[in-house]
Amino acid sequence: MIKVEEKLFQNRYRVDAGRPHIEIRDADICQHTCTSKPCTVCCPAACYTREGDGRVTLITDGCLECGTCRIICSEHGNVDWQYPRGGYGILFKFG
Amino acid sequence: MSEKFDVIVVGAGPAGNSAAYTLARGGLKVLQIERGESPGSKNVQGAILYADALERIIPDFRDDAPLERHIIEQRVWVLSDDAYVGSNYRSAAFDQEPYNRYTIIRAQFDKWFSGKVQEAGALLLCETTVTGLIHDGTRVAGVHTDRGGSVYADLVILADGVNSLLAKNAGFHPELKPRDVALAVKEIHFLPEPTIESRFNVQADQGVVIEMAGKITQGMVGTGFLYTNRESLTIGVGCLLSDFKARGVPPYRMLEDMKAHPAIAPLIEGGEMKEYCAHLIPEGGYKAVPQTYGDGWMLVGDAAMLVNSVHREGSNLAMTSGRLAAETALELKAADRPMSARNLAAYRARLEDSFVLKDLKKYQRLPQVFDRNHQFFTDYPDLLAGAAHTLLTVDGVDKKSKEKTVRQSFVKRRSPFGLMGDAFKLWRAFE
Repeated sequence: MIKVEEKLFQNRYRVDAGRPHIEIRDADICQHTCTSKPCTVCCPAACYTREGDGRVTLITDGCLECGTCRIICSEHGNVDWQYPRGGYGILFKFG
Repeated sequence: MSEKFDVIVVGAGPAGNSAAYTLARGGLKVLQIERGESPGSKNVQGAILYADALERIIPDFRDDAPLERHIIEQRVWVLSDDAYVGSNYRSAAFDQEPYNRYTIIRAQFDKWFSGKVQEAGALLLCETTVTGLIHDGTRVAGVHTDRGGSVYADLVILADGVNSLLAKNAGFHPELKPRDVALAVKEIHFLPEPTIESRFNVQADQGVVIEMAGKITQGMVGTGFLYTNRESLTIGVGCLLSDFKARGVPPYRMLEDMKAHPAIAPLIEGGEMKEYCAHLIPEGGYKAVPQTYGDGWMLVGDAAMLVNSVHREGSNLAMTSGRLAAETALELKAADRPMSARNLAAYRARLEDSFVLKDLKKYQRLPQVFDRNHQFFTDYPDLLAGAAHTLLTVDGVDKKSKEKTVRQSFVKRRSPFGLMGDAFKLWRAFE
């Protein structure tokens, strides 16, 4: 089991507390309509978690701002994806 | 801020910096807007810098640009689960100045490039996200920012990267498709310089790149890479997003598995991992390139899908497209002609006339060929490694029998028609 948290721990972030830049539009679609929930597997920062009851929870603090979750949700278009406010989010030291 | 500029450039990556630099040097009043804390803090690349594209913009860049190592050796590996078959090209000619390519660290390089842009006279606004375009009829007339201000210009150059949200929200192009982008993840591992130099058989300032394909991508269309920086190594892997979606493999697990491969693990042994990055690469090729200009706007770099995935080139296409967009604007300005779609069409013509679109056009069939033929990433690496193993193991079996075994392994796995079909597909893709 790989702990992606250990990788993310090396990164530098300025978290915009209380203002997530990505939101799930309709939680019901994730829970009931989408069976494969690819965001919970493909997000390289594991921001999306599949809960026992089928809900999908999103915590954007470790987001690498790649755009995967938005594009991968192509059937449902259920990811409201914006860039963080200027200066917030991931701050790559090396890139 | 209600000031009006000649040009607003959104983004301070290679495309945006090349455009802003060329425009400012040409005497235009340029505003460049970057959402990161400083230029580079949002940007991710392998990263190889191809000197030629930058040299055409800043001829003496080598004097002070932060360059890691110049590349003297290129290795290409096809990996099975426990082996690789590879080719190396190493040449003393690559060790002669001026060097052709370098490894770079983007956070440092982009900051340096941005310094040049500012010296040339462009105004840079950091920590500012552009939230939308201002429209005046069909024309783009400026941008809205999250700092509360709106800024106006005759021309807006969108260098906002692969996600290209501004052009998408404005309806200039549709949302990216999972099969048109690759998701790449990478890490940077620090090691002492002498360790890197002895492990890769190079001296100070010399570097090696290793491009990899095969079982490391676990049956998906993709490649891996390992680059030598001055005192660090960059290791990463990327595959089509549609494949990640279909196979359900977390990208960081693929990277961990790759790092554990017996041919790779010894090279990164003992390194201290200091950053983990992810990035999308627009790999849709020529047919996926969107409309690149319109009334008062142009798209450059990743935002315009200008990546040659076959040769792992992107930043040089980005820089060249930024320069060509800027040169188009400078000519119009000098002739006192408006930045209309009809006039900006000259930018597309310049792209078509340069290596940027010529190269994408050459490989336009390739994305579809690989997408529909995963055997190139699964069966063939096994077959190649198996053939090498059979032929190179001395065990009393005569050579003719060994050749027969190898031939049979190919026919059994792919069938005679399959082999001919694959050869034809590869030829069509690369012709």
